[in-house]
Amino acid sequence: MRLTLRVWRQKNAGAEGAMSTYEVDGVSSDMSFLEMLDTLNEELILKGEDPVAFDHDCREGICGACSLVINGEAHGPERTTTCQLHMRSFEDGDTIDVEPWRAAAFPVVKDLVVDRSAFDRIIQAGGYITAPTGAAPEAHATPVPKPDADFAFEHAECIGCGACVAACPNGAAMLFTSAKVNHLGVLPQGAPERESRVLGMVTQMDEEGFGGCTLAGECATACPKGIPLFSITKMNREFVRAARRGR
Amino acid sequence: MALDTRTGRRPSFAATLWGSTVGKKTVMAVSGLIMLLYLVVHMIGNLKIFFGAAEFNHYAHWLRVVGEPFMHEEWTLWLVRVVLLAAVVAHATSAYQLSRRDIKARPGKYLHRKPRSSYATRTMRWGGIILGLFLVWHLLDLTTGTVHAGFRPGHPYQNVVDTFSTWYGNVIYLVAMLALGLHIRHGFWSAAQTLGVGSRARDRALKTTANALALVLTVGFVSVPVAVMTGVVS
Repeated sequence: MRLTLRVWRQKNAGAEGAMSTYEVDGVSSDMSFLEMLDTLNEELILKGEDPVAFDHDCREGICGACSLVINGEAHGPERTTTCQLHMRSFEDGDTIDVEPWRAAAFPVVKDLVVDRSAFDRIIQAGGYITAPTGAAPEAHATPVPKPDADFAFEHAECIGCGACVAACPNGAAMLFTSAKVNHLGVLPQGAPERESRVLGMVTQMDEEGFGGCTLAGECATACPKGIPLFSITKMNREFVRAARRGR
Repeated sequence: MALDTRTGRRPSFAATLWGSTVGKKTVMAVSGLIMLLYLVVHMIGNLKIFFGAAEFNHYAHWLRVVGEPFMHEEWTLWLVRVVLLAAVVAHATSAYQLSRRDIKARPGKYLHRKPRSSYATRTMRWGGIILGLFLVWHLLDLTTGTVHAGFRPGHPYQNVVDTFSTWYGNVIYLVAMLALGLHIRHGFWSAAQTLGVGSRARDRALKTTANALALVLTVGFVSVPVAVMTGVVS
């Protein structure tokens, strides 16, 4: 496959960025999108140019490190992470536009790399269970009803990649935050901090400069893990409940 | 020494709501539903125009004396007006503050514009502005008569026919009612999500209700100018 890539190049957080055009030849349809970028970078390094910076880690679709808006869609045309997107989803001769996540709360660090530490601070504001850690407890000590376990797991699938924010027309982090709130809130281990968790996390989300939700539904469509839009509905209810209880 | 275990005063329910994006959306949802309820009553009342001038004007007069003798003349009317004004102000203020925040939160645009959300969703802001402007004109036209040449207080039937006998009266009204239908289509469903009553199981019912409300209200309101234009009401 021979492709034309238009990639966002930005030297650093303070610099002005722009799209640069590159030709990439010898792309196999079995390559992942990131392997295709590796191919481009090898060529750039050989030519003595600065390689394109992009985030990646596990390349198995489970870590949430990879990002990229490909042809206007977060993680590209398939419902998966960019590392699990394969070049067979594209045609020979295609022109592909590659941009970073765009949101005020995710500033560009370099090229396609954005700073997603705002997500970490949302987690620090309540996305955990305060419990002494140690050896794993006996699994049957705390019974969890099956529907609750399924609900929690559906939300626990969130890998915190930020595709929801990238896709949202308001740059909102509602889907991410709600996934975490719901995942922990429904479980008996998370119940004691149910109210403070949602209040803390929503407050932090707002402080980070994410937008608000207009129920456009773009986030749930872009989510590679299929977190449902109703996750936001549930968090809204949790928030009002916690605000009424005042803790 | 015993440590103070209380950590200051808790913020009130209202302060927590108004201080967050999620809470402001709750304010928008509740105020929107209040206005929606009013619109249903308003639309049904408008349909009385099809039963002639006497019945329509009598109905309009009754609106001023609802609740008598307990309520003095126009007390109920003013009560409704105050609630509606509060709803409009709360709705518009939240919308303005949230929109400013949303636009700031998404400074850069992608090269491709492939919105997957519906037309109704994408036109909420402009639709809301159109509705706000329409509301001002509508009140000046048919409540106070300020912008209505030949306005006759106490003769709403004649005033309505008068307004819809002008081309601009019809255009303003039809555009606003289409905006209203779109606004309700997304707004009702969206309010349900904001208030936390949406779910997979209820989604179809909520979307159907939203579409039905949008359609019935738009058709109901639009039927009046259409009737005047076609001479059914004159």
